[in-house]
Formats: sequence, C-alpha cells, structure tokens
Amino acid sequence: MKELRLMKGNEALAEAAIRAGADAYFGYPITPQSEVIEYLMRENPVDRTGMQVLQAESEVAAINMVYGAAGCGKRAITSSSSPGISLKMEGISYLAGAELPCVIVNVVRAGPGLGTIQPSQSDYFQAVKGGGHGDYKLIVLAPATVQESVDFVRLAFDLAFKYRNPVMILSDGIIGQMMEKVELFEQQPRIAEAEEWATVGKKPGKDSVIVTSLQLQSEEQEKVNLRLQAKYREVEKNEVRFETYQCEDAEYLFVAFGSCARITRKAMEMARNKGIRVGLMRPQTLYPFPAEELHRLAGQVRGILTVEMNAGQMVEDVRLAVNGVTGVGHFGRFGGMIPSPDEILNALEKQFIGG
Amino acid sequence: MAEKDIINPENLVYEKTKVMTDKVLHYCPGCGHGTAHRLLADVIDELGIQGYTIGVAPVGCSVLAYYYFDVDMQEAAHGRAPAVATGIKRVLPEKYVFTYQGDGDLAAIGTAETIHACNRGENILMVFINNGIYGMTGGQMAPTTLPGMKSSTSPRGRDVRTMGNPLKMTELVAQLEGTYYVTRQSVHTPANARKAKRALKKALEYQKLNKGTCFVEIVSNCPSGWKMTPVESNKWMEEHMFPFYPLGDIKVPEK
Repeated sequence: MKELRLMKGNEALAEAAIRAGADAYFGYPITPQSEVIEYLMRENPVDRTGMQVLQAESEVAAINMVYGAAGCGKRAITSSSSPGISLKMEGISYLAGAELPCVIVNVVRAGPGLGTIQPSQSDYFQAVKGGGHGDYKLIVLAPATVQESVDFVRLAFDLAFKYRNPVMILSDGIIGQMMEKVELFEQQPRIAEAEEWATVGKKPGKDSVIVTSLQLQSEEQEKVNLRLQAKYREVEKNEVRFETYQCEDAEYLFVAFGSCARITRKAMEMARNKGIRVGLMRPQTLYPFPAEELHRLAGQVRGILTVEMNAGQMVEDVRLAVNGVTGVGHFGRFGGMIPSPDEILNALEKQFIGG
Repeated sequence: MAEKDIINPENLVYEKTKVMTDKVLHYCPGCGHGTAHRLLADVIDELGIQGYTIGVAPVGCSVLAYYYFDVDMQEAAHGRAPAVATGIKRVLPEKYVFTYQGDGDLAAIGTAETIHACNRGENILMVFINNGIYGMTGGQMAPTTLPGMKSSTSPRGRDVRTMGNPLKMTELVAQLEGTYYVTRQSVHTPANARKAKRALKKALEYQKLNKGTCFVEIVSNCPSGWKMTPVESNKWMEEHMFPFYPLGDIKVPEK
C-alpha cells in the first residue's frame, strides 16, 4: 500500500535515510537543513533499524566519521549547507581518493562566505567540478521536489556502492524547507555482509584490509588516477538522468535544475500561452551531465537559456555540451533571490526573440 | 656454530610478533616508533584480538603504520583520526579500535577531534607519540616543542611570547569526564618499554568495559629532528622532556 505523507523536504530526506537502510548519520547543525538531524534524533532510528545518529563537534569531524563508517562498508550519510560543505571538502576528497561510498547532502544557501540562509544554487561548481583537491568526481543528484529528495537518497546509496564513490545530493533551501505530498518507499534492510574492501577485522589467512588514499610513488598514484578516470567514464556512460518537457516541437530550450526548474517550467507554460514554442530540459544528474541529449536538442532549437539561482555556473557545462551548435544564454538571480516565471520569460524574449 | 644452527626454534629467546608484518620500517635509526609499534602489536597478539582490531593511522611519521600493523586499518586525514575512529566504533561497537598519532596530528591540527572524542568518551584507545617536533616534514616546531627548543621554524628556540606554550594535551584530556584511563609512558629503556606495554594492554582491556576513552602518551625521541645521535637524544629526552612531561599515570579508573 502506498504510504503518503505531507512532509518538509529535510524531514522527508531524513526519513528516507532511515528507510534506505543507512547504518549511520553524522552531522552538525546549520540552517537551512538542521531539520535533518533534528528529525533523526527525534525519530531515534537505533530503535527502528539500529541506525546510529551522532551530532559531531564540526562538519570536519562529521565527514571524517562518515569516512570511518564507510571504510567499514557501512551506509553512512551526512548533510549540511554551503559553508558547512566547504568544511567537509577535505574529507570528501579523501573519501573519493579512498573510493569509499557515502551520501553527502548539501541544502544550498547563498554565498560566498557566511552569505545568507536563503536558497541558492551557487554551489554547482563546488559539487560538480571538485571542490576538494585532486582529480576526482562526485556523482551529483539534483532533486526538484520533496519526492525526489526521498527517492534520490535510496538511489544515492545504490550508486555510491555500485561505484564505490561519494554521491552528493545537491538540494537547496526551497526544497529543504517546503512541504509537499510525498510517497515513502518501504523500509529497506540494512546490509549485513561486509564488502571485501571493508575494515571489519582481519580474516585468518587473508591480508589485512587497508583503506587509504596515499600512494608515495608517482607511478602508483597515476595508476589510481587512471582507475578513477575509468570509473568516471563508466558513470558517464550509465548514470545520466534527466527529464524533458515539451521539447518535441520546441524552437527554444530552457535548461534548469532543482527548484529553479520548477519555476522555469511555469515560465515555459507562460511562453507557450503566448505562442512561443519553448521546451525544458531538467538534468537530474549534474554529474554525469546529460551532454549528449542536450547536444542533440541544441540542433533543433534557435537558442538555449540556462536558468539558475547563481551567477552562471551550469551554463558552462551547457555551452560545452552545445559546442556552438546554437546560442546559449544565462539568466540568474542569486544571493538568496528566487527568479519569478515572468522574469525568466522576459529574459528569453530579450536574449533570443528581441521582444 | 653455523647461522642456521643458531636460528632454530629451541634457541629462540625473542620473536617478532605476528601482528607486525615483514615490511621494513621506514623510521629513522633510534626512533621510538618502532618500539611503540612492537609493543602495541604484542599486546594485540597477547589479547588474541588481531581479527577484531581496527586501527587508524595519522598523517605524520607514522602515516604508513598500516604497512606494519597486521590488522585492518584506515588512513585518516591529518588530525582526523579520532573522528574516523568514532565513525568506526559507532558502527562496529564490538571491535577494538585504536588511533596512533603524533603530536602535530593529535595536539595541533586535530585538537578539536581529540578533545571531543575524549569528551564523548568514545570507547577507543588513542596512542599519542610525543617527540616535540614535526619529523615527517623535516623538523618544524610542534605544539609540544619545549620552550627554547630549536626547530626549523623556531631556529632561535621556541619563544613562548610569540609562538605560544607547549600544550600538555594528556593532562588536558585527563580532566574530561569521557576519559577512563590516561597515562604517560616512554619506551627508551627496557624497563620503560615494559611499563608502556602494560599500559597499552590495560587500555585495550578496558575497551571491553565501554567506560570511555583510554589515552596513552608515549614521550619519544627524534634523533633526526633533534639532530642528535640516538643515545644523545634519549639522554636529552630524560633531561629535558621528562621534567616538562613527567611519566606516570594521570588518570586511573576508580577502584
């Protein structure tokens, strides 16, 4: 039977973590995502599934606790918002280097610095292009609804373990704070057997397991990098996810992700009411980016407007994908400001139609 | 008597513990790390917990500790070993978890992680090697460098007015409710090594009780960093380090 609830995005995500069979959550309070740890502490999942929840002394400690638990082959998750995610970046690089699976949630607020607690998408570069040091990639999922906040937690754990790679859920303050109807999936079992790469105690007759990202010899480090790159190519081949709306007859195309895609969809409908045939592509995975499909769509439209709650970040990936086939523009509101559908429509008309 | 006649079981009075691998230690001649490794490995062996122990290596001279201890191990980022150990222990509470950290790792960059792991009373063993210098990076000032002590970043001696005072982390964590057993030892003489071994053994045995963090500091020498011979460095350690970092138990479980 369907389990429907009206839930706040952050709380729904926390509930999804329990149901996804997570073994541990480590976090530190920060607005606008503190409801995640508050919900978990209230829910006390150790009684439901045995899942551990701990409030760490810092974001730095929290991500390293995730490292420790992930190194034991356990399903570990942490959440934070932009300034806190910056603090986690050291640990995220180590997790990527040691090829440990985990889920990191960023309920983005506007920056730079302490910025504001209002919603933003200004951590796109940080999530998709690295953020921490070294050649690595996170798999980045961008939910646009409370429902996706739930579904992507389960997907994120699956992808993290499939590729032994950290997965980031790049949400934002709108999705984290708003309430929507959500269908919860059934409780999944916690995984009992340890993976062979996990440190759970040396087995008799077997080599001890070492979790590390250190290679002192350049030749060895390059081999690690090549292995990582091969893995990322697999991810790019298999895991691209996106949705398109009314692209079949589109003369123009919007590209937007997360909460901004929902506002942009409204702008699309307004444009169509005015007789402007515009479609929308919404990447659900920001890495891997749906470059191939976007390139194909670029061939059929007169122009593409990327709409983001930042000063122009995803637009760089859109331009790379489009590769000059058609014109690419950007419209953004930032600093915690949210664009309205008519602003977006105006931007399209001004940049491409000359209205 | 030929060599092969000497090396046979009935003549052996000393044996390498099986909890250390056969890898050649990279530590400098005369350094205390090798002895400290050996003692901890011995204790793990004697307690029969090799298959139930997970260690966390730091960043510093003992960054490669996972090559030498034949137990499952994780390599932590600089200073984060207590947080990594917390993550391990929380998901595998029945396992024995230890960190092995130097002074820069534990008492400078990882101060917050150290204090809060101890304050939460994580049921882990923290082994703290204090030689008052950054060995791995080439002899820079450590949080535990003595006043007036020379290093590559205190070339005229540590001036506490501008460089701060050496941090007695072990006394500090002993004050926290979460610690159960806190002691300071050394491994530079057979008698001291035996005492240190007893301390490490107690600390691991206590882990079964779930009473809190056990913290074993080992004041050690750094012949390379101190620019002394091993013998000189041990003498210097006795004359200068021990008065500032006195050996002995600081916090023992209540009877």
